[in-house]
Amino acid sequence: MENISILSLLTFLPLIGVLFILLIRGDEARVALNSKRVALYITSFNFLLSLFMLLRFDGSSADFQFVESVEWLPALGLQYKMGIDGISLYFVLLSTFLMPICILASWNSIKNRVREYMIAFLVLQTFMIGTFCALDAVLFYIFFEGVLIPMFIIIGVWGGKRRVYSAFKFFLYTLLGSVLMLLALLVLYLEVGSSDMETLMANPVARGMQMWLWLAFFASFAVKMPMWPVHTWLPDAHVEAPTAGSVILAGVLLKMGGYGFLRFSLPMFPEATEFFAPMVFWLSVIAIIYTSLVALVQEDMKKLIAYSSVAHMGFVTLGIFTATTQGIEGGIFQMISHGVISAALFLCVGVVYDRLHTREISRYGGLVKNMPKYATVFMVLMLGSVGLPGTSGFVGEFLALMGAFQVNTVIAVFATTGVVLGAAYMLALYRRVIFGEQKNVDAAAMKDLTKLEYSYFVPLVALVIWLGVQPSVVMDKISPSVEKLIGQYEAGINKSEQTETAEPIMLEVIEEGLNNE
Amino acid sequence: MEIIAVFAPLVGFLLAFLFGKNMGDKGAQLVTCVGILIAAFASCYLFSTVVLGAGHAGEQGVLHAAEAYVVTLMNWISSGAMVVDWSLRIDALSVVMMCVVTIVSSCVHIYSIGYMSHDANKARFMSYLSLFSFAMLMLVTSDNLVQLFFGWEGVGVASYLLIGFWNHKDSANAASIKAFLVNRVGDFGLALGIFAAFFVFGTVQFDELFALAAGSADTMMNFFGYELHAMTVICLLLFMGAMGKSAQLGLHTWLPDAMEGPTPVSALIHAATMVTAGVFLVARLSPMFEFAPIALMVVTIVGGLTAFVAATIGMTQFDIKRVIAYSTMSQLGYMFFALGVSAYGAAIFHLMTHAFFKALLFLGAGSVIHAMSDEQDMRKMGGIWRKIPTTYALMWIGSLALAGMPFFAGYYSKDMILESAFADHTWFGNFAFWMGIAAALMTAFYSARLLFMTFHGKARASKKVMDHIHESPFVMLLPLFVLAAGSLFAGYVFYEKFVGHHQIWNGSIFVLPDNDTVTAAHHVPLWVKKLPIVMGALGLFLGWVFYAKYVGLPEKFTKMFRPLHGLFFNKWFFDEFYHKTMVAPASFMGRLFFKTDKNVVDGLGPDGMAKSSLGLAGMLSRFQSGYVFQYAFVMMLGLIGIITWYFFKMDLGAVAPNIEVPTMEMRGGEIQDTIMPVDGTTEAFE
Repeated sequence: MENISILSLLTFLPLIGVLFILLIRGDEARVALNSKRVALYITSFNFLLSLFMLLRFDGSSADFQFVESVEWLPALGLQYKMGIDGISLYFVLLSTFLMPICILASWNSIKNRVREYMIAFLVLQTFMIGTFCALDAVLFYIFFEGVLIPMFIIIGVWGGKRRVYSAFKFFLYTLLGSVLMLLALLVLYLEVGSSDMETLMANPVARGMQMWLWLAFFASFAVKMPMWPVHTWLPDAHVEAPTAGSVILAGVLLKMGGYGFLRFSLPMFPEATEFFAPMVFWLSVIAIIYTSLVALVQEDMKKLIAYSSVAHMGFVTLGIFTATTQGIEGGIFQMISHGVISAALFLCVGVVYDRLHTREISRYGGLVKNMPKYATVFMVLMLGSVGLPGTSGFVGEFLALMGAFQVNTVIAVFATTGVVLGAAYMLALYRRVIFGEQKNVDAAAMKDLTKLEYSYFVPLVALVIWLGVQPSVVMDKISPSVEKLIGQYEAGINKSEQTETAEPIMLEVIEEGLNNE
Repeated sequence: MEIIAVFAPLVGFLLAFLFGKNMGDKGAQLVTCVGILIAAFASCYLFSTVVLGAGHAGEQGVLHAAEAYVVTLMNWISSGAMVVDWSLRIDALSVVMMCVVTIVSSCVHIYSIGYMSHDANKARFMSYLSLFSFAMLMLVTSDNLVQLFFGWEGVGVASYLLIGFWNHKDSANAASIKAFLVNRVGDFGLALGIFAAFFVFGTVQFDELFALAAGSADTMMNFFGYELHAMTVICLLLFMGAMGKSAQLGLHTWLPDAMEGPTPVSALIHAATMVTAGVFLVARLSPMFEFAPIALMVVTIVGGLTAFVAATIGMTQFDIKRVIAYSTMSQLGYMFFALGVSAYGAAIFHLMTHAFFKALLFLGAGSVIHAMSDEQDMRKMGGIWRKIPTTYALMWIGSLALAGMPFFAGYYSKDMILESAFADHTWFGNFAFWMGIAAALMTAFYSARLLFMTFHGKARASKKVMDHIHESPFVMLLPLFVLAAGSLFAGYVFYEKFVGHHQIWNGSIFVLPDNDTVTAAHHVPLWVKKLPIVMGALGLFLGWVFYAKYVGLPEKFTKMFRPLHGLFFNKWFFDEFYHKTMVAPASFMGRLFFKTDKNVVDGLGPDGMAKSSLGLAGMLSRFQSGYVFQYAFVMMLGLIGIITWYFFKMDLGAVAPNIEVPTMEMRGGEIQDTIMPVDGTTEAFE
């Protein structure tokens, strides 16, 4: 594999697509069509390429694989270093899998500036994949922040009525966190003398410094997650974003925060993680209960699903910070599963939005009569979101809670109430949209899923069920890396305990020395 | 064979669900019925080989525990020590349950062909029935707590889909959501129970849990900040799940509302099978419950109260299906207090006989409703027994079995339960016994009330309805005959095998020698044995007096005991209580938090910042005044700020390791101490 830089190829192939799109000439309709085609081909090819990568990935190893390392700015010791392990593997796949679906979902619903739209998505994909592959902290930062720009444009240009407010809110929130993270990165670089992430993981900084750095990174990742109380950008961003934007936002962008926790907070600042874990637990529990209750009273479909995302991400942060095998694996699986389910749910909203141009729940009702296929698809996804065993939603949630129970039963009990609340708002949504009398004539006249829509719902639904019945296929490749992560984390904590116990001995030695004098 | 038994209904479901449009209604009915019948025959075959085979060996004095076996299909979840397989556990308990489920389900499948003949979505209905059967079979054959949870939630979803089958009706939608959510409250406990079991024992496999249970008498765990007996906590949490699914007092409010579903659904799911899953759960986990005496006490009390309260409500309702629903709840109460006094065999025995006669009653009621043009109110029935004599006779059989009249199936199982409760000789066993005796009187009373109000007296329906009354078609009556045979003979035939001297359980149910109430129940005083029959007969007689002989009497009684009747008629105000304490506050909090998001979080956050940065810019411009003393002052402030920050930083660096960390360690240490076992089960904790 050394001679094929598969990760770089995956990352930068979309940019080549951008070049192609820029070269397209002709009248507007022609440009639009060809841009769509190029984007679809490129992203589909990228997906196939990532499947190839999955095949070549050695699931029994915890090491970084497909590693590429090139000097970048030798004067600063910066390098271009890419590589993936079991933790990042499926996030890369999620990014490549959802992108062709996004292009298909935008096929008919985006009418203006199609060329620019496709470019924005391709650039976005480059940054997303890069984020999950980067093994140099500065490189990671560039990709991580780069994501902001195309997403800001997607919301701000192709969004709904209040798109500018939402785009700025999204930008400000995430930027605020990023600035702190940049500072922390600089400090980390100066302390350790390297920005290589593997080096950083192997050499944790001193305890006091860990605290500050942890908080700075936390600011950035918590906003991305998003965790309560910095979650309010998400409902607005989702509501205003075009369907495909919501899909990427919920499917991939939210996972960057969780990925950051796994890559930076746990291995690099283990003592700080242990110190702050109780705070994260409570924030997660508040997120789960608070946002579930808010979701219960929403009148806007997208807002409801956006709030449910915050609740689901609460399970993720809860699981990750338990630092138990079940908790972390559950957190990762929950992110993968949520990436599929919430993406598909936003597509579901998109389907009816394209037909009626409203997201208001009360404008629909009784859709099971005129859209039975849609009702079935929505049903499976709804049950997945509720966490029904046999769907992917169950596995992550269950494992994360199981991990939480081992660490703190009070937290686990409160968090598990989310299982009841989650069912409440999703069932209520389904009932009001799909069941009941057909009160609205225009809603009752809507056509069932088109072939195009069907083509991207079938793989999503199949994935939700397949991951629910046989999650071990995915989990087997994750677990070596998780074990390694837990090893690093515990080693970091134990080391500090040893030095603490060592201190008194040192003192005794000094005292003895003094006495001898 | 066991794979065929479990997966045939799944195949039926998939075919009918995915290709229902292509194969037509007839095709869908065919594949689902064939699927469940194959499962039924396979289950009966397993019964004859696995269960009866063992029974014969027992008679010769040679017991082979090897009859129980596990078929592993594939790995499901593995995360560290948490390893769960898809697997089928075949032992006496699971095979008995499989037989009950598949036989009743077959009857209901066939019955539904006739009952749903006017419905537009026959294929969907049949496929949901098969889906339910599959989930239920996965539940009873599971070999670990997590697959049990899969089946548990799976039957919940099937129930949700079927209650809300007529999804244009708002009441049906509301009932289906209520059923799902109340069950989820129970599942919340069940999930926590599974977490606790894994936390304490490090496994979710039944065999490993059962092996460790015996040594857990002194194991404590920290739960919610309290130091508690681990097994008691685990069992009580798991029992919470059982309470939800089996509609025990407190989590029962969904069951009467579930009657919004089509009647075959009520018969299959809300009488014969799904609601007994809780009973099965406790029986399956008997090796754990036996070591949690406090949990058993709670089970007994909850069961006794449920049996009593449900019977009081059942006497006052007018909807024929709701009467039977409350009767189901009451009978489930019997099963639970049987479990509580360690009479697991008696509970499963009653579960089986109850499945037959309650399914018979529901399907019979369905036959009546079908004949009366979908009328369910007993006040609008009456005087129809001559027009539907077969249904009438079958309803009598079901009612007599329910009332526990001699030689009907219910007589054997219910008496056994009451005798076991008496033989337990504890205060809660006694409490449950007397609750059960009172409930037996009321059961017979409301059964007679149902029969006389529905079939006898003056015809109260409109002429049009009366003219239309017809006996159900053969396809609906045939399953009723099968169930009637069960209601007549199942008690007598299986008495010895379930609770007698040749028990078939073969280790699948575990009872501590001190708790063996089933054996003790054979030696209770004569009056204990006779009292239930006397009560049953008295109840039937009173029912006749009130609703056939002196028809004005109920009204006078209602007036005389108005407060009491009000309490019963309004179902002890559980729904109102829950609405005020749970539903209304939840939506209030939701609105409040939503406003908080808008005003407080955003107000302090982005929106507020946008405003204040404008203000700040104005203020800053004023700072550039040109006065040197002002500049110096600001510099001073800055210097103080920097120094303060330095001190703070040093404080955190120096103080934090010494003060904060030990507390964290102490907590970790506590947990470890509490789960350390005292005796030789150390391996489990490593």
